[in-house]
Amino acid sequence: MRRVNKNEKTRVTLNLNGRKLAAEAEPRTLLSDFLRHHLGATGTHVGCEHGVCGACTVLIDGVATRSCLTLAVQAHGRELRTVEGLAAPDGTLNPLQAAFRNNHALQCGFCTPGILMSFTDYLARNPHPTTDEIRDVLTGHLCRCTGYAGIVKAVEEVASSSAPAKAGAGG
Amino acid sequence: MTEQLGKRILRKEDPALLSGRGRYADDLPVAVGTLHAHVVRSPHAHAEILGINTAKALAHDGVWTVITGQDVRKLSDPFLTAIKTPVQQWALAVERVRYVGEPVALIVAESRYLAEDAAELIEIEYEPLEAVLDPIAACQKSAPLLHPQAETNQVSVRDFSYGDPDAAFARADRRIAMTVPFHRLSFTPIECYVVVAHYNPAKGSYDVLANFQGPFSIHPVMARALRVPGSKLRLRIPPDSGGSFGIKLSVFPYVVLMALAAKITGRPVKWVEDRIEHLVAASSGPNRVTEIEAAVDKDGRVLGLKLDQLEDYGAFLRAPMPGPLYRMHGAVTGAYDIAHVAVTNRVVLTNKMPASLIRGFGGPQLYLALERLMHRIAVELKLDPLEVIKRNLIGAPKFPYRAAAGALYDSGDYLGAVTETTGGGRLDELKRRRAAARKDGRLYGIGFAAVVEPAMSNMGYLSTLLTAQARDKAGPKNGAVSMATVNVDPLGAISVTADVTVQGQSAETVLAQIVAGELGLEPGDVTVVLEMDTAKDQWSIAAGTYSSRFASGTAVAAHMAAVQMRDKLKAIGAKQLNVLPDDVELAGGKIRSRTNPDNALPFGRVAGTSHWSPVMLPQDMAPALSETGVWSPPELEPPAHDDRINTSLTYGFIFDMCGVEIDPVSYAVRVDRYVTMHDAGRLMNPMVAEGQIRGAFAQGVAAALYEEFIYNEEGAFLTGTFADYLVPTVAEIPEVEILHMESPSPFTPLGAKGLAEGNCMSTPACIANAIADALSVRDVILPATPRRIHALLRPPQAEKAGKP
Repeated sequence: MRRVNKNEKTRVTLNLNGRKLAAEAEPRTLLSDFLRHHLGATGTHVGCEHGVCGACTVLIDGVATRSCLTLAVQAHGRELRTVEGLAAPDGTLNPLQAAFRNNHALQCGFCTPGILMSFTDYLARNPHPTTDEIRDVLTGHLCRCTGYAGIVKAVEEVASSSAPAKAGAGG
Repeated sequence: MTEQLGKRILRKEDPALLSGRGRYADDLPVAVGTLHAHVVRSPHAHAEILGINTAKALAHDGVWTVITGQDVRKLSDPFLTAIKTPVQQWALAVERVRYVGEPVALIVAESRYLAEDAAELIEIEYEPLEAVLDPIAACQKSAPLLHPQAETNQVSVRDFSYGDPDAAFARADRRIAMTVPFHRLSFTPIECYVVVAHYNPAKGSYDVLANFQGPFSIHPVMARALRVPGSKLRLRIPPDSGGSFGIKLSVFPYVVLMALAAKITGRPVKWVEDRIEHLVAASSGPNRVTEIEAAVDKDGRVLGLKLDQLEDYGAFLRAPMPGPLYRMHGAVTGAYDIAHVAVTNRVVLTNKMPASLIRGFGGPQLYLALERLMHRIAVELKLDPLEVIKRNLIGAPKFPYRAAAGALYDSGDYLGAVTETTGGGRLDELKRRRAAARKDGRLYGIGFAAVVEPAMSNMGYLSTLLTAQARDKAGPKNGAVSMATVNVDPLGAISVTADVTVQGQSAETVLAQIVAGELGLEPGDVTVVLEMDTAKDQWSIAAGTYSSRFASGTAVAAHMAAVQMRDKLKAIGAKQLNVLPDDVELAGGKIRSRTNPDNALPFGRVAGTSHWSPVMLPQDMAPALSETGVWSPPELEPPAHDDRINTSLTYGFIFDMCGVEIDPVSYAVRVDRYVTMHDAGRLMNPMVAEGQIRGAFAQGVAAALYEEFIYNEEGAFLTGTFADYLVPTVAEIPEVEILHMESPSPFTPLGAKGLAEGNCMSTPACIANAIADALSVRDVILPATPRRIHALLRPPQAEKAGKP
């Protein structure tokens, strides 16, 4: 296991949305801060910094994780996927993103990246969930604008499409 | 023109927001060398600050400065307030702290991590004082004073009388009274406050980015505090904001604080509020205790109404407070035809965080009292609650209707809306479910709420709190100005700016619909730029996104600007097409003869004329293709000498009906069925309208059942994390059936009214009425948590009197 010294900055190298990136981090630097302020990936948002709201959710080696409860050094050498990695390089929305737009599943959009990442992970493991399963996953996120109905509908739309939900382009 | 309004058009905002390409305040790049601030806050609800020792904190690595109340007092002036009292507030506590979480010092360092490290080294000596939390206790002579120089905690009391309420009460068959408290809560946007401040010593000017939401009447408050003219406080609002719901008005003291920090350090200073800070100190809706009494005849008709509204604003009365107490003032009789009303409005200060704007803004407090009273009238007179509502509703032929306290309700068919909502088997189904539940011994109740939803506030309403004589002396305040600008570039590309701040309400999409429709284009052809810059954009004090002003305000201004642009292009096109302007139409991206559509020119060609060949323009036409619509509706008159005030421009109507069941084991309230009917005039985008209604409904449910800021008796704050302050998840939000009627407003050219606050006003009242029906109790305290329901079901002997 890699050892880091409490008072020294350390170089964290990771793969972000298919690109190898590196920057210096303190041992205590949060992954959310590292992504946003060190790597410039500001699509991941910070809503509570205590793991309740879910806005900061990213995928680490394909698994949805609260980046505000993860240290940057823990992501060293890992594959990270964030909301910036969902659409095709030309900007075309993936089916999950498109379904969010079609169902007015976002208003201010601040909590949305975390919700997209949770369902990117979940739909990859369970492509055709029931509505109850969708709602169960969504309880891990707070949204203050929408009342959640559009989000549930959007995921239902993806889940019920004949083609299994794709993990999306770019990643 | 090509009609775009009324269509379900997908949002222009979404592709960027879904791809991580939003530009929220904390996403924007900052200058190299920017410092980061951390606020040190009071752990006491009420205490004298005896001393602050900053030496150790200052000696910490990377710390540039530590700012205290003494610095702030030297460099700035207290904030202007709506009520002139001896109470002073600065951006940091001066000499005394008055609520847990109050900013006491600011540490500015090279990183936020270092600033927070240094916070542990700052030494503040406090002498604790007795705190007062309860608004009624705070009014008593023996109560500790928050601001001794004010000599009272009750800083404003005003009595109003409309019609002849005493006579109405004298001739009534019955008088029915209730005491209805409304609690403290916030709708906690998921993005917290962000401020980045610059100071230019060469010009003595500030340049600040903040996710402020308006109203821009607060810009002069900030500029005055910083001792600069408004032109030297350049305030920029980022293009995206992570929700607001009224809460982000209250970033303004931090704008001033960070501006001072930038001046002191000579560096840009950035501050990002964290969630703990947000919950303890950002903002809250005011709690209120309403004593409400109706004079009724034996049929349940309300002859007169009396309200004593005691509103608790916390430790300070920040501008534009006490807005919630007066925003509904003209409409204090709600949806009912009541000619005689007496109102006493009282403002009290307690040791809690200062209260301010919140979605619903005075409506939830008023309607919980009024609608609970209507339900109670039915219970006391043994009448059907729905029948009591119907008997008192304002009749459709009476519109436009002048309410007793001065509101001019523009349009509506309240009875029609109620009939449609309860029809279609909906109420029968609710009654069947209630009967079946009760037969099984389960606790099930039905509730109703009828609510008038105001939109676009009269900027003069707050001056109702002054006496007529004081208003005369101060000069009349009234009206509300909205502005939007349509620009056409040399190749015919359209861009739009407007006086709103973005918080998720889809203004970009709807403005594009409005402008595209008038210019014969598609919404995709219109670029809407809504980041704001007070140095370059048009704005007035009413600017911002609050009080549902978009549909009745800015949307109208955009429509006006688009019509002006359309007419200009028609005149230019007529000359080039060799026809009369009346024969020109803009459609399908062309400017063409109406009678001979083959005689046409591309939109961009005609539009370009003004840029490339201004000499060819019709005589006397100014060449610039930039049109600003300025909307200032005449109905928003100043308060009359008898204190009548038309508080808002448009008034929508909502009728809600629900069934709730109470779990006999967990005491949880489950909303079984919920129907909400909205008449918001003409709908501009049904998808956006539904989204706004669903969002407000979720917040209404939250207020009714879950969310509450709780302080203990000493003033400690007990709901400082999202594990303690219960924001509903998807599992807590029930299904809702949404119905619409459209009674267009005659006072705006688009006929649209606000609709985004209504369920924050109606839903708590509707659910509370259903709970009262389920449990046959008189008083229901919100949020109706299992603990409170348990207390109602198993009352201590002494409180049994609460049962009818």
